[in-house]
Amino acid sequence: MRFIILIGLAFLFSELVHAQECTSIITGRVIDLHDKSPLSGATIIVAGIEVAVQTDLDGYFRIEKLCDANYSLQISHPECSTRAFRLPLNGTTDRVFYLEHHLESLNEILLTSKIFTTKSETVLENSLDLSALEKYSGFSLGDALKDLSGVTTLNTGNTVAKPVINGLHSSRVSLINNGVRMQDQEWGVEHAPNLDINSSNRITVLKGASALQFTGDAIGGIIVAEPERIALKDTLYGRSIFTFGSNGRGGSNSTTIIKSYENGWNAQVQGTLKRFGDYEAPDYTLSNTGNFERNLMFRIGLNKLNWGLEGQYSLFKNDVGILRASHLGGAEDLVRAINSPVPLVIEDFTYTINRPKQEVQHQLIKVSGFMRIENLGKLTAQYDFQLNNRFEFDIRRGDDADKASVDLELSTQNLAVNLEGAFSGYNYKVGSSLNYQENFANPETGVRRLIPDYQQYRAGVYAVVDKEISSNWILEGGLRFDHTKMDAFKFYRTSFWESRNYDQLYPEIVVEEVGNQILTNPILNFNNLAATLGTSVSLGDQLWLFANFSLASRAPNASELFSEGLHHSASRIELGDLGFQSEKSRKIVLAFQKKGRLNFALQPFYNRVDNFVVIEPTGVQQTIRGNFQVWEYRQVLAELFGIDFDLNYQFWDHFNFKHQFSIIKGYERDNDQPLINLPPASFSNTITYQNDRWTIGVSNDYFFRQNEFPDTNFEVFFPVSETFQTVDVSSAPDAYTLWHCNASYSLSFIGKSELTVGAQINNVFNTSYRSYLNRLRYYADDLGTNIILQTKINF
Amino acid sequence: MKNLFKYQLFIIAALLFAGCSNDDDNTPTVVNEEEVITTLIAVFTPTTGGGDITFQSQDLDGDGPNAPVVTSGDLAPNTTYNVVVTLLNETENPAEDITEEVEEESDEHQMFYLPSNGLNLSFVYSNFDNNGNPLGTEMVATTGDASGGSFGMVLRHEPTKPNNGTLPNAGGETDISVTFPVTIQ
Repeated sequence: MRFIILIGLAFLFSELVHAQECTSIITGRVIDLHDKSPLSGATIIVAGIEVAVQTDLDGYFRIEKLCDANYSLQISHPECSTRAFRLPLNGTTDRVFYLEHHLESLNEILLTSKIFTTKSETVLENSLDLSALEKYSGFSLGDALKDLSGVTTLNTGNTVAKPVINGLHSSRVSLINNGVRMQDQEWGVEHAPNLDINSSNRITVLKGASALQFTGDAIGGIIVAEPERIALKDTLYGRSIFTFGSNGRGGSNSTTIIKSYENGWNAQVQGTLKRFGDYEAPDYTLSNTGNFERNLMFRIGLNKLNWGLEGQYSLFKNDVGILRASHLGGAEDLVRAINSPVPLVIEDFTYTINRPKQEVQHQLIKVSGFMRIENLGKLTAQYDFQLNNRFEFDIRRGDDADKASVDLELSTQNLAVNLEGAFSGYNYKVGSSLNYQENFANPETGVRRLIPDYQQYRAGVYAVVDKEISSNWILEGGLRFDHTKMDAFKFYRTSFWESRNYDQLYPEIVVEEVGNQILTNPILNFNNLAATLGTSVSLGDQLWLFANFSLASRAPNASELFSEGLHHSASRIELGDLGFQSEKSRKIVLAFQKKGRLNFALQPFYNRVDNFVVIEPTGVQQTIRGNFQVWEYRQVLAELFGIDFDLNYQFWDHFNFKHQFSIIKGYERDNDQPLINLPPASFSNTITYQNDRWTIGVSNDYFFRQNEFPDTNFEVFFPVSETFQTVDVSSAPDAYTLWHCNASYSLSFIGKSELTVGAQINNVFNTSYRSYLNRLRYYADDLGTNIILQTKINF
Repeated sequence: MKNLFKYQLFIIAALLFAGCSNDDDNTPTVVNEEEVITTLIAVFTPTTGGGDITFQSQDLDGDGPNAPVVTSGDLAPNTTYNVVVTLLNETENPAEDITEEVEEESDEHQMFYLPSNGLNLSFVYSNFDNNGNPLGTEMVATTGDASGGSFGMVLRHEPTKPNNGTLPNAGGETDISVTFPVTIQ
């Protein structure tokens, strides 16, 4: 309608112009400042004489019969901020005009290179938008990501959830938080990501290592969390979400306030408070599983058209109780725990978090800026500093009872410079980064360091290029090289040093001998190459094919290199290897996607990893504390393959049916043994009814039993009966199915404000189950019914 | 162009800043496990007089690859012994006596004695915690007729107290678990 009126006005005014008998002409083109795409339907008004025209499909316009004079042009577009341009006219003048999208914000600084947008467009279901994330406001990042096919979690209880992408996790999955690669001791399987789910507006999972601008070592995949995009207009808005959960008898509140000005200044404050007590399985309380999370995020930015600056500070703090019944002595305790149908310790419900527990704190400071340089592209620079503190408290004795058993401080500084632009039909992005990391393990714990003190230097360069060969065919490729130098101080037990023949292999790194320990100074260098090559082809109406090959290599982490002793939280002895090489992965990910009312995506993958680091049991170690199973890291050739399937069907106007299915297989090829801890096949079905106000849904998840796992059982001697007993630590739990339902209603009140109230019931039938990917599955059932009430206010 | 130059300066400054490494050459301090128990010594003193018989398990590298060194003795038949247990952390110099700690926190500890089937050996607690429940760093052991087998000693931290004297009923975590072969002759 508006279009027609404008056209009508344009005709009317052109008649007026005609009357003036001038002959000069303005021709021009209106272009999006960011992606250089033409803006069709932009309105150009010549002030004073009130001539108005619109741009054509390619963004061109032409105004004839003007006089030679100084004109003011006002150019507007439905999706952009209106701008005025001064134009001295002398004869025929041709010029390009740039407009900026409303939605463009400082996030633009970081990434919208083609490689990224094509990846996230690959399959719509590979990202979670704000409404999906808000559902999990009171939960963790891992819980939310499980909604995506091919993504599961490796849990330690229910509050520590590590994302698993196509079967891989920890150091093999990189988490990018607002352009910063998180360095939060992600190597540990019982270390959850230190990210507040409420601080992100969109979370995307890339099932390959193809985002080379961040990292070349993401063998499993990359998780990209992006904050709210702040519009360039005068506004103040925000939202607050209250969540209450019956299971854990707690709740959370997260509040965000955003202020922005049309002149480019903007700021955001966001905070989250989350407190839960002991969670409950269907038949008993899971004692000491509460958590207490406190997060704060603040950022301020200035976004001018051709340059911008942003600063951000965030604090993540979480105290997590670890199931009391999972704290064990030796193998005899493990036998007892596994054979007991209920946890060995069940106490009354409490909010108090006792030992064993974790206290983690992650702080992040980021400063970034961008500048557009004509004929070159966009130059960005970023500096970020991260400080991660981790305390693990065990049940201890005597003077040490109050001390932490693990006290680690990891600080990381990163500086990155990127340039992106276009050159004769090619879009490119090149950049480099410098990274310095320091780990300090506090000796005051009175427990030998799990991770030694080290300093790590890393330098990387990359280049990514893509080309649109035709409107339905895009090619992309990239290369990245990283050099990593690790300078560590590690105390080895003399007995271990000699039993591993390290005294023969590495005599030069010995610094001194202290009692029954040897101080060493290993300096390790790793050169890692990463590459990606991909294409997307449109196969006709709403059908797309994506193919991507990525080569990634990952330097072994401190845990894999230096572990040497009892890992209390796993009740086993873990041994690393100083001689490890980088893991090298070659992964092919295909995606076949159909959009429309019936849309689906089929994503098969194949991943071959040389020098894949596995940890497997190799025997039983006798100590004065009893017997412990010994797990040794070793490197093998591994192959993983699988398929993720998503289907979505909209019917009867308001109904939607969603189906997901994932299966993955992984083998160690030297002896054809299955890999440990791979997620079992699973599917889920959801039916949702939605109208303007109501959303009502029912869903069902089914998890098959994992039938392929390595046999890691071992035998332990019982003195009273003088017999050996097998400890079954490898068998997977039975298949299970869970039902959930939810309903929400939204209403407007006081102007633009909106209130949404919702209820959700997880595990409706209070089913008892244990998950293969929960490290505490030996000791207790998973969560029973949880009734969640949520209220959201947008203002 | 002027802007570009300014930008370059910014980048160079930033690179220099990040390039400043921490030239801290101090080596880290060694950590000796403070609460580790390396050594258990159980001294059996016959009430009727005669020499002490010592049972010892010593594991100087803790959870390192070396197994504990176990020394046993022979017991006489139909004899009563007073047993005194000493726990040491020998990674420290001088060795730290952990028995004191255990006795201070007697409510949270209990030593269990587990003679194998067929061995004519029985134990009775002779020291107790503040609530009158067994502790077990001092015992009275009585032998029967000549026989052979082994007995286990298990120290549990935070067991259920009182308990029925069996490990499954006591629960808690295992701090020590050793088995001594023994012959009564």
